[in-house]
Amino acid sequence: MFSLSVPLGKFVRRVSRLRGGGSALPGLVVEKIDPGFMQRTLSTLPHGVAVVSGTNGKTTTTKMVVELLESQGLKVFTNRTGSNFTRGVAAALLGDVDWRGRLDADIAVLELDEAHAVHFVNRVPPRYSLLLNVLRDQLDRFGEIDKTAQLLQHIASKTTGTVVLNREDPRVARIADTLHGPEVLYFGLDDSLLGTFPSDDELRAGPGSPVPAVPERPQADVVLRRVGADDADFEYDGVTVTTGMKLRGVYNIFNAAAALALARSICGSGAATADHSTLLKALSEVAPAFGRGESLTVDGLPLDLVLVKNPSGFRLGLKSFPSGGYATMIAINDNYADGRDMSWLWDVDFDSLRAEGVDQVTGSRAYDMALRLQYDEVQVGAVGTDIPASLADFIRKGKGQPKRVFCTYTAMLAIRRELSKITTVEVVS
Amino acid sequence: MTPDSAAGTTASKGTIRVVQLYPREMNIYGDWGNALVLRQRLKWHGYTPELLEYDVGDEFPEGVDIILGGGGQDSGQLVIQDDLQSRAGLLKGMAEDGTPMLLICGMYQLFGRFFKTRSGPVIPGIGVLDVETHGTDERLIGNVKVTTPEFGEVLGYENHSGQTTLGPGVEPLGTVAKGTGNNSRDGQEGARYRNIVASYLHGSLLPKNPAIADFLIRTAVERKYGTFTPGEPDDRYAVLAREHAARRPR
Repeated sequence: MFSLSVPLGKFVRRVSRLRGGGSALPGLVVEKIDPGFMQRTLSTLPHGVAVVSGTNGKTTTTKMVVELLESQGLKVFTNRTGSNFTRGVAAALLGDVDWRGRLDADIAVLELDEAHAVHFVNRVPPRYSLLLNVLRDQLDRFGEIDKTAQLLQHIASKTTGTVVLNREDPRVARIADTLHGPEVLYFGLDDSLLGTFPSDDELRAGPGSPVPAVPERPQADVVLRRVGADDADFEYDGVTVTTGMKLRGVYNIFNAAAALALARSICGSGAATADHSTLLKALSEVAPAFGRGESLTVDGLPLDLVLVKNPSGFRLGLKSFPSGGYATMIAINDNYADGRDMSWLWDVDFDSLRAEGVDQVTGSRAYDMALRLQYDEVQVGAVGTDIPASLADFIRKGKGQPKRVFCTYTAMLAIRRELSKITTVEVVS
Repeated sequence: MTPDSAAGTTASKGTIRVVQLYPREMNIYGDWGNALVLRQRLKWHGYTPELLEYDVGDEFPEGVDIILGGGGQDSGQLVIQDDLQSRAGLLKGMAEDGTPMLLICGMYQLFGRFFKTRSGPVIPGIGVLDVETHGTDERLIGNVKVTTPEFGEVLGYENHSGQTTLGPGVEPLGTVAKGTGNNSRDGQEGARYRNIVASYLHGSLLPKNPAIADFLIRTAVERKYGTFTPGEPDDRYAVLAREHAARRPR
């Protein structure tokens, strides 16, 4: 079917790119003049649409799923630029369809923000959905964590084929009880690793408090059994396999189990059948997504960026990247994309930074962060709200030391921008 | 319960027991920060803090000097409801007796007479405070600035859909200069009764409002030891964080 909307949308896309504009405008234009565009285009895909959602880890997990499927020879459409609104998906589609509106892909794997995913699935019911977690960030947007769980439940209820759920997150696992149509698969953790993922409900369950009883957990399709320095063990089909991992951070590697479960499900039910050695090889080669646990090089030494946006993520970041031997900076912004409410900093325990101290604290909430560290008796070197100035100071004073920066999303963007002036930073279109 | 006492290097002026109520269900938007601030400021003032947690079904600790209650989701309020009712007499007695308490959001509502939810059911409170709360469809979220007679300018963050009205038995904590506060009608925020400070402000409240933290500490120490000799906490970052928050549009 030929429609003028596609050439027009592509034209707007080209013009807005020339002007350096945002990615959503062409999507808006095509949606206005041709509201059926996205649904029509995606409905032609032989393997349908897979949606990845949850509060934390969507971008890296989506990237993993895409690379796993590509290793099996599938052509994958994805919203790679991280513009995960419905409009952003339409804009990304415009870039990939031909002038007649045809998309040359076998499947679409889309990262969707919880709230926007609801609008999306009402229009395009996905064949697969992968629901990662319900962590306690963005409460300034959704009000309550239970509300976020309801948004994910809605995505699951619209899924026609298979829903993949996190067995270890009670709010996500519970979604299974509400489903009638789709098949349910789980990804999970070995009992020995459960302690590294304290849920938000157990934030204050310290030593001495009764440990909440672990309910009978369902069988998981893929289980993360062990995390090593640069490898990990996964169990599926009753066999434990060891694979190298470029990704760092326990949470990323847990999400690798999620990506494996989804990719296996897609390959198993379609024409292709997963080839396990290529699947594992692809998994071992996945590099972190833009800004998530990236390691850059400054003055010949590594500078690691660790994205933090909620208490669980920050706690895991501190646990996964011990401070010894590193100069440390913390950059906290409270722009919309970071979440405006930073009260969760009080639910992170900073004791592990006490021995080495923190060299620089920066970002729009630098003083709140410094105050937080002061109450945990962590020495703070310098505090300032101007990120470029603090970063320059950090690099100057930290010469000869590897560096680590814990940062919120927009602080990460600002830091990357500054660093790109002095080092090579991966460019994402 | 997790006893957490820290002995300083210099001789302690005495021990103060702080109990956080229902930390598992009623601890959202950083309410734990209030406990951390009391613990650390007690040390800075030269006292030995003992931080205890009280959860559903626990034995209530003896000799409590300060009580802290935080916010929770509606589901959390339902979990603690019966246990809280079983402690109503005890908590009311402590309140009347002058025990300093900080009650934030959900616990502020449940220390009142009732919370009538939007969908109909009424969650009974324990009637320590002469206030009543009605659920609404509107969620009030954002930074709040309150002018108070006792603590100067109080800064925090609100996120609630219940709206609270004060009865004649309590005073407001202060007048809202920015944000909404107790309800969308009267421009008042929080409640004061005996040594209780109740408020919708998270943030956490105490880190950026050390005057309230020191009020709770001074009151507790005077009740227990007769006089309070303060230390000299370094409030440099608190002052900067307050100035910065007050200047910002949100």
